[in-house]
Amino acid sequence: MDTNPTVIRDATRVELAKDRGLIDDVIERILGLATEHGFDAGSAFAIRLAIEEAITNAFVHGHSTMPPDSTVTVDYRVSDRSVDVAVEDRGPGFDPERLPDPTEEENLSKPSGRGVMLMRAYMSEVVFNDSGNRVRLTYRREC
Amino acid sequence: MAQAESRLRVSDRDGVTTVEFVDRNILDEANIQAISEEISALIDRSESPKLLISFSNVDHLSSAALGALITINHRVRDREGQLRLANIDPQIYEVFVITRLNKLFEIHDTADEATASFA
Repeated sequence: MDTNPTVIRDATRVELAKDRGLIDDVIERILGLATEHGFDAGSAFAIRLAIEEAITNAFVHGHSTMPPDSTVTVDYRVSDRSVDVAVEDRGPGFDPERLPDPTEEENLSKPSGRGVMLMRAYMSEVVFNDSGNRVRLTYRREC
Repeated sequence: MAQAESRLRVSDRDGVTTVEFVDRNILDEANIQAISEEISALIDRSESPKLLISFSNVDHLSSAALGALITINHRVRDREGQLRLANIDPQIYEVFVITRLNKLFEIHDTADEATASFA
């Protein structure tokens, strides 16, 4: 199990329904812990953006063919050194390597396709599992 | 039936419609959809609309919000109008730079500068 790079050891786990209040609660909980562990406002901005994109992707794209009450699993662990968050949907997954580059000229005026790119821009590490229905976001404190 | 509460503050001056957001976070899919529809209705009110969107109250936005702005930009252009963005927090402006959307939109530091830029 530990060979799966998207698994976070000793994580706190939350099952999320598609409910804005519940999503905000878990994001605020993670950011509160990050602040307690000394992460600054710039870090919190980056972490919020990446988690938001991962959860939106899970519900909107991951669950596009799933029953509307399907839940998303969020695992998180915050330490002085890093914030780790894994988001898993119950859909069939996708291949993140096949996403078009949204910054290419021909894609610039397309209204979607920027979520994964923003996660990668703002996080230290973004890893998908083989089936592409689980992503682990890691934000490391700058040394 | 009661209308849903607006998530925007709208003002008209000298032919320019200025839109500000009530919410500090523009993240939620349903909220973004409502905002997008409300701004689209403003665009459709006039020929060659001059629309200024101010982000003065906004702390966070998501890629879904960027997508809504792109759709709004298309709609303004379809009506041969002009769109300007202003008062964007430096952290949010960085999102525009990373996505290269600062090349797609005409962005000004202040609402006054944006207003003066309309042809």
